[in-house]
Parts: sequence; structure tokens; C-alpha cells
Amino acid sequence: MQHNIWLYILVMAGVTYLIRVLPLTLIRKEIKNQTIRSFLYYVPYVTLAVMTFPAILDATNSMWAGLAALIAGIALAWFGGSLLQVAVVACVIVFVLELFL
Amino acid sequence: MKQENAAWFRKGITNGTPIALGYLAVAFTLGIAARDAGLDEWQGAVASVTTVASAGEFAGFQVIAAGASYVEMAVMMLVINARYMLMSCSLSQKLDPDLPFFHRLLIGWGITDEMFGVASSVPDSLNPWYYYGMMAISIPGWTIGTFVGIAVGNILPVHVTNALGVGLYGMFLAIIIPPARKNRVIAGLVAVSMLASFAMAKLPLVSGISSGMRTIILTVVIAGIAAVLFPVKEEQHAA
Repeated sequence: MQHNIWLYILVMAGVTYLIRVLPLTLIRKEIKNQTIRSFLYYVPYVTLAVMTFPAILDATNSMWAGLAALIAGIALAWFGGSLLQVAVVACVIVFVLELFL
Repeated sequence: MKQENAAWFRKGITNGTPIALGYLAVAFTLGIAARDAGLDEWQGAVASVTTVASAGEFAGFQVIAAGASYVEMAVMMLVINARYMLMSCSLSQKLDPDLPFFHRLLIGWGITDEMFGVASSVPDSLNPWYYYGMMAISIPGWTIGTFVGIAVGNILPVHVTNALGVGLYGMFLAIIIPPARKNRVIAGLVAVSMLASFAMAKLPLVSGISSGMRTIILTVVIAGIAAVLFPVKEEQHAA
């Protein structure tokens, strides 16, 4: 059977939008339960940490460039680097190291 | 109040710029995948502006290339994008309960790993205009990148693409490390999360699990255990 690409796109976008918008629109009140509140408070830190490592090592041709960017990024963020600064430094380190590695 | 919204919008554009550059670079590669699946530039651009999901679109284009059913497409999206549901739950608590409803409908369109991350690092409640600022620059970056990727392929050298992609991880670090410095529970969570993620990616039995699923499983387990062991006191929430 021949499928229509526009229909595929509609399904793709529709399902993804529902996933994103349902919790946001259904949970409109402040949650009072302390355990759930705490869980949601910790979600971003765990999620972003899980997504960063080890993925950052696979994002570069040489694993060492990714590792160097990881270490420098952690150090700079620790000592107060802004979002933009840390992103730029991670970029530059990979850019420079990949010229040599 | 209006002025405050405008200031947040500008701040969103500033902090959305590294997101947009990273998206642009990744989207070139995505465009190549879209072309291989038989999409033209406009179809790819529409897919990107409506779905705004990296792993999700890569998988979606594979579904299209395989000529699989629409139901399979729906199930694939449900599985690969399910982490957005968690992010959406988390964001629901950062919005003012009295905010007009349409703001929630609009922000929902822009829940990606990166924008969610940046929004999470805002103390207290989230001004929707901050989110719109990020969306206003990131989503065009993503969409234009896809369009160009389909039309002419990756116009950047590979190491530039890699560098911009790693910039996104740099942003994640800038979001999670400063709170980890101030709060030992968060520091421990970040370390445990990275170790567990590494183990799950490399250990034989579980390494076949997709990265999206891995994110959900580890987030539910680790944040869940932390919530029971280290419940957050009210005043901490404001921090």
C-alpha cells in the first residue's frame, strides 16, 4: 500500500504534541504531595545528566575531544560560567581538538 | 508587566542562541536522513517545525523510509518521545496556575531537551515569554537546517557540526553543575545519573535499550529514589 508522506508527518507531529501538551494542560494546579513535588524537582538534573553522559563521548570523531569538552564544561560551570560561555567553550575545544586528533 | 515580558523574551533569545546553532548543525544531518526517506525540502521543513524532536524525527523518517503503517509511526513516537511527558509534568509546576490556558498550549509545542533544560534553571516560576524567546530562535534554526540539509546536504565540515552538537551538551552542564555545587543531594544525583547512564549504555544485557528509553527509566528510578530519601523542603523550591 502506498503511504502519504504528509499523513506520516501529521501522525508524527500529532502524537508528539499530545505527549508534550497533555501533562502541561492537565496538571494546572500546584501539586501538594511532597514526594511528587520532590520527584519533579529532581527530574531535570537526572534527565540532563543521563542525556549528557556518555552521549557527549559519541558526539565527536575522537572520544577524547568529547571528554575534554565534558571536563572543561564541568569546571567552567562550577566556577560560575554562564550558559553561553560554557556552550561556546565546549564548542571551541571540540573544534580545535578535532583538527589534531 | 509588558516591559517585563519583553525583557524575558530578549533573554530567551540570548539563551536560545546556542540552542539554535546546535539545532542548525544537527538539522543538516537530519535533513540528509529525511532526503534518504524520500521527503522533499518542504515536507522536511514542515516535519521539523511541527515535531521539533531530534531522535523522534530520525526515527520517524526511518518509519517513512520503511513504508510502515501509520499505527507503527504513532507507537514509535510514543516510545521515543515519552521523556517529554516527564518534562511536561515537571514544567507544569513551574508555570503560574492562573496563567491563561493558551500559554500552556504554546509552550507544549516547544518542549525539547534543550529548552526544557534552560527553562528548568529559571528560579521560581517561569515567564512564558522567556520560553517564547527560546522557541522564536531555536525552532527556525531547526527548521531551516532541515530544509537546507535536504536541499544541499551538510554545508558545514564534519568537525564544525560535531563542535556545535557538543555545544548543546555544554549547555546541559551549565544548567546542572551550578546547582550541584550548592546542593550536595543534586551533586550526588548528577554523579549517580551519569554513572548509571554510562553503565546502561555499555553493559551487555541493557545496552540494546534506546537512549530515549534509558533516559526515562533512569529518571523515574533515580529521581524517584531521591524524592523518597531526600524530600525537598518548601523553601528549597525557590532556590
